[in-house]
Amino acid sequence: MQLKAETLRSIDEVIPRYPVKRSAALPLLHLVQEDQGYISHEAIEWIAGRLEVPPIAIYELVTFYPMFRQKPIGRRHIKVCRTLSCALMGGYKTCAEFERQFATKRGEVSPDGEVTIEFVECLASCGSAPVVMVDDDLHERVDCARARELSARIKDEARK
Amino acid sequence: MPEQRRIIFKHIDEPGYSPDLACYLRHGGYEVLRKSIQRKPSELVDEVKASGLRGRGGAGFPCGVKWSLVDRKSGKPIYLVVNADESEPGTFKDRYIIHQDPHQLVESIVISSYANDVKQAFIYIRGEFPHGARILERAIAEARAANFAGPNILGTGYSLEINVHRGAGAYICGEETGLIESLEGKRPYPRIKPPFFPAVLGLYQCPTIVNNVETLCHVRHIADIGGAAYSKIGTPNNTGTRILCVSGHVRRPGYYEFEVGRVTLGELLNDVCGGPLPGRKFKAVIPGGSSAKVLRFGERFKGKRKVGGDTVDFDWAVEDIPMDFDCLALAGSMGGSGGVIVMDDTASMVDVLGNINEFYAHESCGQCTPCREGSLWMKRITHRMVHGVAREEDGQLLKSVADQIAGRTICAFGEACAWPTQSFVAKFGDEFKAYPTNRPQGRTEAQELV
Repeated sequence: MQLKAETLRSIDEVIPRYPVKRSAALPLLHLVQEDQGYISHEAIEWIAGRLEVPPIAIYELVTFYPMFRQKPIGRRHIKVCRTLSCALMGGYKTCAEFERQFATKRGEVSPDGEVTIEFVECLASCGSAPVVMVDDDLHERVDCARARELSARIKDEARK
Repeated sequence: MPEQRRIIFKHIDEPGYSPDLACYLRHGGYEVLRKSIQRKPSELVDEVKASGLRGRGGAGFPCGVKWSLVDRKSGKPIYLVVNADESEPGTFKDRYIIHQDPHQLVESIVISSYANDVKQAFIYIRGEFPHGARILERAIAEARAANFAGPNILGTGYSLEINVHRGAGAYICGEETGLIESLEGKRPYPRIKPPFFPAVLGLYQCPTIVNNVETLCHVRHIADIGGAAYSKIGTPNNTGTRILCVSGHVRRPGYYEFEVGRVTLGELLNDVCGGPLPGRKFKAVIPGGSSAKVLRFGERFKGKRKVGGDTVDFDWAVEDIPMDFDCLALAGSMGGSGGVIVMDDTASMVDVLGNINEFYAHESCGQCTPCREGSLWMKRITHRMVHGVAREEDGQLLKSVADQIAGRTICAFGEACAWPTQSFVAKFGDEFKAYPTNRPQGRTEAQELV
């Protein structure tokens, strides 16, 4: 596993911030996933080695916490909130629109490799429902028209 | 219309207000820290006790009592953990504090840490706030550079380190002992109490205080004006202000800060939020995050309650309920996290419950059998009702599953996942019974909830 120099620097910086090394498990998983796109078995063993815990102690985190994944996803990650306030304002419709725009199904990589669309649970922005995260950015009041706009923008950016 | 009183949200959405230190200092930032750090820590704890401040995260536990339970004689370090894992559906208040006014939180953390002899604080922020985590890290670095945090704060000899720790999408991390396990690098399985009361055996088996973001922010204002003065804000036993987050079927959803108990549910929804959407009628409201028991418009709540020293009768419609911890409890629900979710007459309550059940089945940590299996069965039943065969007796079946969860689990998630089902079936039983014949036909996609 080849990690970027910057990732390695961040890892060295974050571990000593905790009184107990194992506490750095989630930060390391985030850093490695940002670097590699997903958490491989090799990554699990590598992190376990750095934190001096058995690999199962890392593996059980990857299988528990919804944000970690064991497979690559599309270049952009579209997360549509599924929970009540968003659903009441049309979140399911928004998700279906994204699926239509990229000719894909939830949880799969779109045929052009561009996106993975997923339902996620409450994103804590219920007052501006329905909401969607594209990678790290929150988008509010995403009805079907906004979903089409966002999809067009993502496709535009992919062409550049 | 009742007036908002913005203390915590004073600068939220204010044009020109930015999350940097310079802006915070221009608005009187860290002045309260300067005067607080000259006082004895125990005086600050007493101020918080006198303020009557109750936790804004869900349980409404008095903050001063929580602080005074901390084991100060163990010789072990005391930790402060800020619960910024905002994840109760319907709740979206801490998001704005974190993103727009992070120094208010940092100043409150330093004051609270000083009061409790804490040398190391952690902010556990939900993984879905990546920008929020960076904003907090920047704010902490700025505060450190200006000597408001870090070693030898303002030359007093008191030192504090604050670390930001990102979660990874699990609701159960909002439960304080689950959060502690997560911070230790483990699966967030809540701990059994006794013996694992965080005040005694918390993070790394050391005494630990876990406070919600909004709760902690109040500490700065309590230290500023004094606990006695703060306790005059709001209503007795429900002091201060609180942020109410309104979402769902209303004209003006959003966040509104009121003195606790000084606004009724009807004023909030009709006057402040503009009432129902055009041509619709309110049907139901969940007043304190999705775990709180649902209230049905049209039902009445009768009983006796204490006002001051007197016992008085009350007879409320849903619209009459004052939005405070005690009154919502009298109405059989709870103030919880302040998340108010509204449903109008276009919503099928079976579908709404289906949506909620899916959430809890997804988020159960799986540690206790009744919750792991029960939340899944409730989801399967409502899913079958919506997408497959619905039976007249499904309401009772759902109820029987829910009744076997609440009170039988390590943490309050058991109640959180049982209460929606119990209350939906109790209050909308007719709708559940009629569902096999009345199932919404030709359901528009906007109403698809599960």
